[in-house]
Amino acid sequence: MAKTSYLCWSLLTFLLAFSTQSAEMPLNMTQGVTEISQQVYSLHMKIFYICCAIGVAVFGVMFWSIIHHRKSKGVAPAQFHESTKVELLWTALPVVILILMAIPATQTLIAMEDTSEADVTILITGSQWKWHYKYMDHKVEYYSLLATPRKQIENKLKKGENYLLEVDRPLVIPTGKKVRFLVTSDDVIHSWWVPAFAVKKDANPGFINEAWTKVDYPGIYRGQCAELCGKDHGFMPVVVIAKEQADFDQWIAQEAATQAAAKEEEQKLLSMNMSKEELMALGEKTYMGYCAACHQPTGMGIPGVFPALKGSKMALEDLPAHIDIVLNGKTGTAMQAFGKQLSLSEIAAVVTYERNAWDNNTGDLVQAADIAKAQKP
Amino acid sequence: MSTVTTDPHAHAEHEHHHGPAKGLKRWLYTTNHKDIGTLYLLFALTMFFIGGAMAMVIRAELFQPGLQIVEPNFFNQMTTVHGLIMVFGAVMPAFTGLANWLIPMMIGAPDMALPRMNNWSFWILPFAFSILLLSLFMEGGGPSFGWTFYAPLSTTYSNDSTALFVFSVHIMGISSIMGAINVIVTIMNLRAPGMTYMKMPLFVWTWFITAYLLIAVMPVLAGAVTMVLTDKYFGTSFFDAAGGGDPVLFQHIFWFFGHPEVYIMILPAFGIISAIVPTFARKPLFGYASMVYATASIALLSFLVWAHHMFTTGMPVFAELFFMYCTMLIAVPTGVKVFNWVATMWRGAMTFEVPMMFALAFIVLFTIGGFSGLMLAITPADFQYHDTYFVVAHFHYVLVTGAIFSIMAAAYYWLPKWTGHMYDETLGQWHFWCSLISVNVLFFPMHFVGLAGMPRRIPDYALQFADFNALISIGGFAFGLSQLLFVALVVKCIKGGKKATAQVWEGAEGLEWTIASPAPYHSFTTPPEIK
Repeated sequence: MAKTSYLCWSLLTFLLAFSTQSAEMPLNMTQGVTEISQQVYSLHMKIFYICCAIGVAVFGVMFWSIIHHRKSKGVAPAQFHESTKVELLWTALPVVILILMAIPATQTLIAMEDTSEADVTILITGSQWKWHYKYMDHKVEYYSLLATPRKQIENKLKKGENYLLEVDRPLVIPTGKKVRFLVTSDDVIHSWWVPAFAVKKDANPGFINEAWTKVDYPGIYRGQCAELCGKDHGFMPVVVIAKEQADFDQWIAQEAATQAAAKEEEQKLLSMNMSKEELMALGEKTYMGYCAACHQPTGMGIPGVFPALKGSKMALEDLPAHIDIVLNGKTGTAMQAFGKQLSLSEIAAVVTYERNAWDNNTGDLVQAADIAKAQKP
Repeated sequence: MSTVTTDPHAHAEHEHHHGPAKGLKRWLYTTNHKDIGTLYLLFALTMFFIGGAMAMVIRAELFQPGLQIVEPNFFNQMTTVHGLIMVFGAVMPAFTGLANWLIPMMIGAPDMALPRMNNWSFWILPFAFSILLLSLFMEGGGPSFGWTFYAPLSTTYSNDSTALFVFSVHIMGISSIMGAINVIVTIMNLRAPGMTYMKMPLFVWTWFITAYLLIAVMPVLAGAVTMVLTDKYFGTSFFDAAGGGDPVLFQHIFWFFGHPEVYIMILPAFGIISAIVPTFARKPLFGYASMVYATASIALLSFLVWAHHMFTTGMPVFAELFFMYCTMLIAVPTGVKVFNWVATMWRGAMTFEVPMMFALAFIVLFTIGGFSGLMLAITPADFQYHDTYFVVAHFHYVLVTGAIFSIMAAAYYWLPKWTGHMYDETLGQWHFWCSLISVNVLFFPMHFVGLAGMPRRIPDYALQFADFNALISIGGFAFGLSQLLFVALVVKCIKGGKKATAQVWEGAEGLEWTIASPAPYHSFTTPPEIK
């Protein structure tokens, strides 16, 4: 006995040593911040309590039997082996319980699937390994990427509070409004999940799914991709900021203005040349954000999965093909079309970077104007 | 069958027909159901350790947040191949091994009906799994798209190991189908006179129904992998919207196989538990007929619930309702089974040898897996549970503490019959208690981690999940180590031990307990009388 308790204590101390490093984890499903998420939570608790009650009854009888009906107590075994009455009872009773459970579940489900009369519509597109948000009623769209620094993932820096659950540009939605999500994908299947809204919808390439939410409280809500989507499936979080209507209006107006200005700026840049230093700096930043997940920060790729850029024929010689594949992607492979994801100067910079980094040293400089030229069919 | 003779003197004169051959040839050329059963069981045990080693890699990486041991790409290969190995390499062959050993002895048949096919269906398996395992050493690694190989991750976005994966799944499928045909033909044709269907032991019944499930769905799996192959290499677009296909079609086909498949992995377990509980309660099984009907209803319902794996794919609401109701219905026959086992124990005279301990643990822990299954059936709640660790907890409760525990129970129960020696009870109890505690430390906290929002199949996670993952990993390593006790016990039991009687267990009933222990190489060469 002493030995056992000693073991227990040492295990406990061992575990406590771990627990100091991290945040508190809730032990149950979140109640969330929408009417629907609260209904889902209450369904979850209902079915859980039903299971507990059945478990206590069944295991109770079983353990009673184990304690009292054992050979060592000198009992003689009974020989009964059927009873139509009892068997009918324990077939019928579960059916009744299940029907009682199915009624509220059906009601909630029908409400969840009613995406009509939405106030705001947002197109969500998943791709390896980021989310793209497009407000259908405004000229606002952008990509949302993991913001956790690589060094934290590689254990070279202390992990931040929202490790792996932080993005560069969160989705912003208004509170108190019915927000409809159209969910799709550019490549493999992803799944957009925010636990606080009880919304999880698969993003299927070539098809559009619908979901909706109406958030009651302003706040920051975090989720993750829920469907295995390749190597960095664990690294494509979802962050949603819910703002009061007035704040949202202000945000979206400002965002629309910024995006319009950026487009104008881009046109102006076409007539300007960036220096090699500028190109390489912007190129490295863009490469690390968009390219390094597959081609790796070293440009070595992953043999047999993602091709190397370092020393590759395309990055050393064939410049038009290099620009083309970055702009338009390569069908039938994981190489995406970055023409619609990045600005002209970013593409110019990243191509320049790939042709000069890791001893590629071609000396080629590519400018935004070159990309614009290649873009025209 | 032509060598079977009713003249007892002829037996003695043709002894060379009856003993096993010597050396490797015995195992390569064997058509004896006991030899083939042994081969299947040893193969399954080997695969259990290989798949288990992969689980150890997964748990080591997840021991702490951050990437420290393996790269995400390799992590995905581990989760994928762990799943494939455990499902097709460990659980299914173990049940086929038990079927081979036990069905002929339980129905009073001299062997399986198609002994040469039996040899073949075993011997292609090592090739299938060699191909699968060797693909891990290809450039870019082995399959990394999950054991469910959803398109287009497994088509456009996979590497060339996919071709090997497809080929190996085809071989596994052929093996399973041949095994199933053999079981059905044996049961239909070789029952001893007087052994009517409703007198068959439940293990025979559950396997009979399982074999039909296998024949129904393994070709569907073969179709699915073939479509993946042609989509990837031959320009078809079954699962590619750009060519008029649909990636969700893949999931419908896969789960039309996949859901009956999970019952393939649990129905034989029901048969085992239905054999063990009456023996150690010294009381006949309660509700034999309702057990048979419940098994058949579960099998039929299993074809009507596949889309409950796909509630988040964007199905029409009426389809979601249909699959929710059908799934909830499965709780009824499953409940009947659990109630029957408990009623069998009621007012029995129980003892608690290792097979009974595993059977009791099965009943409690499998039921917990059933409860979480019922929770998962509730579609709105499933939106929250789906693809989280809650699901991982659920299917490991039904597959590890369900299927694997039943296989362990079966091994302990019939080992004396197979080897002629009693196993070491103390060592067995140690194995049981270590497994029981560690398996719950391993899988129970996964419920909480999942409810708190941790997705499955991720190599790294948010900090809030750290404590529980460390605990889960400790449980995992302990469970893995505990299984070494089982190997030691089996080796010890084969080498020697207390001589086992023919009946072995005081309360055991059935034909296999009427023949000597160890079971002679040929048994029931003349059919027994069934009263």
